[in-house]
Amino acid sequence: MNAIVKVENVGMSFETKKGRFIALQDVNLQIRSGEVVSLIGHSGCGKSTLLNLIAGLTLPTSGVMLCNGREIAGPGPERAVVFQNHSLLPWLTCFENVHLAVERVFGAKEGRDALKARTAKALEMVHMEHAAHKLPQEISGGMKQRIGIARAFAMEPKILLMDEPFGALDALTRAALQDELIGVMEKTGATVVMVTHDVDEAVLLSDRVVMMTNGPAATIGEILAVDLPKPRDRLKLAHDARFAECRAAILEFLYQKQMKKAA
Amino acid sequence: MTTATLAQALEGPAAAAEMESGARNAAHVARDGAAATEAPVATSPAPGPVANRPSIGEYFGSFMRVVLPPLIGLGLVVGLWALVAMKSSDFPGPAKTLEAAIVLFSDPFYSNGPNDQGIGWNILSSLKRVAVGFGVAALVGIPLGFIIGRFAFMNSMLAPIISLLRPVSPLAWLPIGLMVFKAADPASTWTIFICSIWPMILNTAQGVQRVPQDYLNVARVLNLSEFRIITKILFPSVLPYMLTGIRLSIGTAWLVIVAAEMLTGGVGIGFWVWDEWNNLKVEHILIAIFVIGIVGLLLEYLLLLIARRFSYGVN
Ligand SMILES: Nc1ncnc2c1ncn2[C@@H]1O[C@H](COP(=O)(O)OP(=O)(O)OP(=O)(O)O)[C@@H](O)[C@H]1O
Ligand SMILES: [Mg+2]
Repeated sequence: MNAIVKVENVGMSFETKKGRFIALQDVNLQIRSGEVVSLIGHSGCGKSTLLNLIAGLTLPTSGVMLCNGREIAGPGPERAVVFQNHSLLPWLTCFENVHLAVERVFGAKEGRDALKARTAKALEMVHMEHAAHKLPQEISGGMKQRIGIARAFAMEPKILLMDEPFGALDALTRAALQDELIGVMEKTGATVVMVTHDVDEAVLLSDRVVMMTNGPAATIGEILAVDLPKPRDRLKLAHDARFAECRAAILEFLYQKQMKKAA
Repeated sequence: MTTATLAQALEGPAAAAEMESGARNAAHVARDGAAATEAPVATSPAPGPVANRPSIGEYFGSFMRVVLPPLIGLGLVVGLWALVAMKSSDFPGPAKTLEAAIVLFSDPFYSNGPNDQGIGWNILSSLKRVAVGFGVAALVGIPLGFIIGRFAFMNSMLAPIISLLRPVSPLAWLPIGLMVFKAADPASTWTIFICSIWPMILNTAQGVQRVPQDYLNVARVLNLSEFRIITKILFPSVLPYMLTGIRLSIGTAWLVIVAAEMLTGGVGIGFWVWDEWNNLKVEHILIAIFVIGIVGLLLEYLLLLIARRFSYGVN
């Protein structure tokens, strides 16, 4: 299959007060269409930086980023982002937040009713139709995250980029949302790039786990292919030997090869 | 005295709300004004007791907590005032002032020529000047604030001018107004314009500069049109800052109008104070002080209500 995203020799450095800070160096990655890829690594290694580069929110200082064979020059609706802090607009209801995205992507082609139906369907997908007319501050953190996911999926993006989508949630909510996400990904067959801190989450959700070395000048250390059949069930996987193997491989990378220097 | 003020204190917030909606209603202004002169402290909102319905005992307890301290404060001021008035020959006491207020507010909208009009007309013409000067300031200041906040070049171009002009008393601009407009009325409106515009520009600009990057990133990812960015992201997130600017400037505007009118004359509460001083009617000056205070409080309270309506919890 053809690569939908190509990252070629990409480097990213920031100008800081103390001079040039090289965050990423020589990053090479190809993401195939329909693939689910996780980025995992220690805090501060540059996962968000890489994701933002794919999103087009920042541009690389060296190297080439391609999406569908075209250079990524900025953000666009074909690369939807689920932000780490969900970033819902607080003055719009959940429905309006999702509708804003839907309107932008499909407004030119579809009528009002069709747009509303799309929005409602997206909310249904994350089981949030009951909160459609609430403001973000009136719903829980997990619910906000679901609206953020609905907003991204409603755009029917070619690529879905998620920066620790469940980072701030408790274990139970997290598991519930992961299962929901598995269902949604199954239905839409979207290409997903997801940043995570959570080893289990990475194995459960991804086709490949991209492990990053510690920064500065971080790059991709290893890539693990997760050959577990889909759809995956977390309870069955708990006793699966291959799941344990994948887990062990990631843990080994993170805690032996990339042992975080005592900060 | 105490029971009377208690009743009025209870009426305070309700009367305040009425006055906001029907400030132009003669009967209301008369009644509220008279009641309010007696209980200015009570116009501050009293939340607790009405909002949640507790038992009678709790109700009474929280009622006492909310109402009693302001009443004691008020009683002390009135007592002190009466004491001072007793020692002095030309300083009127609370009773005399109340009497004068009743007379004054029984016919607030009479008009015997331009220099002798009811207190209602005086308040209304001051409010009208504030409204016009303030409205024009909003029309100019808010867009200017947006421009300064959005474009760094404009910011560095205009910031020094604004910081130079802002500390200048708006009354210093009065002669310029008189020279340009050749009339007293637009000149005092002009001073209101000058004093209202700074907080509006500065707060709006600050609001624009503080639009969270997250929201702007959302706009970029969704690739929103410039129109949508302004209506759905910039405007709503700047609105609370803008309302703070508006609240600050209406406060100053109400301070300045009294002084400006003293200088320019005509119909208006500031001129009225000066006129009553010339007539040596000190009790009227005391009434005017109460009235100015209450109107200022109401303006502030009204804008607080609006601001509360538009403040969103941060995610
Ligand atoms: N705008 C910036 N200016 C300067 N340095 C930056 C900037 N953005 C990121 N960095 C630096 O780049 C490095 C990588 O940051 P990044 O946010 O990508 O880490 P991360 O892997 O997402 O960490 P976390 O897991 O904690 O979110 C960090 O050392 C950070 O300090
Ligand atoms: Mg990050």
